[in-house]
Amino acid sequence: MIGLGHYLAVGAVLFVLGVFGIFLNRKNVIVILMAIELILLAVNINLVAFSVFLGDMVGQIFAMFVLTVAAGEAAIGLAILVIYFRGRGTIAVDDINQMKG
Amino acid sequence: MIQALAFYLFATIVIASGVMTILSRNPVHSVLWLILAFFNAAGLFLILGAEFIAMLLVIVYVGAVAVLFLFVVMMLDVDFAELRAGVAKYWPFATILAIVLLAELIFALAAWNAGTISAVKAAPMASDVPNIEALGRVLYTRYLYIFEAAGLVLLVAMIGAIVLTHRTRSGLRPQNVSNQIRRRPEDAVINRQPGVGEGVEL
Repeated sequence: MIGLGHYLAVGAVLFVLGVFGIFLNRKNVIVILMAIELILLAVNINLVAFSVFLGDMVGQIFAMFVLTVAAGEAAIGLAILVIYFRGRGTIAVDDINQMKG
Repeated sequence: MIQALAFYLFATIVIASGVMTILSRNPVHSVLWLILAFFNAAGLFLILGAEFIAMLLVIVYVGAVAVLFLFVVMMLDVDFAELRAGVAKYWPFATILAIVLLAELIFALAAWNAGTISAVKAAPMASDVPNIEALGRVLYTRYLYIFEAAGLVLLVAMIGAIVLTHRTRSGLRPQNVSNQIRRRPEDAVINRQPGVGEGVEL
């Protein structure tokens, strides 16, 4: 029978894939944003799995809030990407050092 | 039995399409693999019994976020082959990091199995109401303020995205509403009664 551990394993693998993607595609912001979406999906799988197996609705509520924030983050991130491309003509992230932060 | 089969099917496709999202050479393919991953994650949620979250995943992620990604990827004229150039340099470090992180997560999972979680439930799941109703009962009572805050987050994201990407272009002749409203009939209309064969002087 499928238990909580199975879902947590899927979530863990997906999370690691997201982190791996961020480090692998360090230059390409679009793929980095997609990897962040994968990470948030892994978090959602964990939240919903715990919610169901503990019999508590709060996990699903917070999965909804994570979904909301992920949508807002994607919109703002892509908007910043578009204006950056307009100004510079490239989206290579390792060139972003104007502010010397 | 069929449930276990469906779980393994969905889980395998989620992980495989996650891998393809990261490794694809073409970002358009990445977005399409991401969409497949979201669909199969929605399937996993359906098996769990969280129908509303599953539908939300399909509507919000596939319908809005992934399409937004697709728009941006196709709109920007970027040389993606050049952006792939660093991958050969980065992958050893990335692999080590991923293995370490995965090992940590497996340890955490094993440690969680060894202990127990005390069963004090904030919002116990009622078995006689459907998932959406149960969600609504908690969301619109206990978490009402956080729900409003989530709406505010979306509003700020919308205004922010519009303000960031909006640009005023020169050389356009847009409608001037205040000029239109200020215009009076005595400025715009002239009554004349010309004689026969004389015509009107404008």
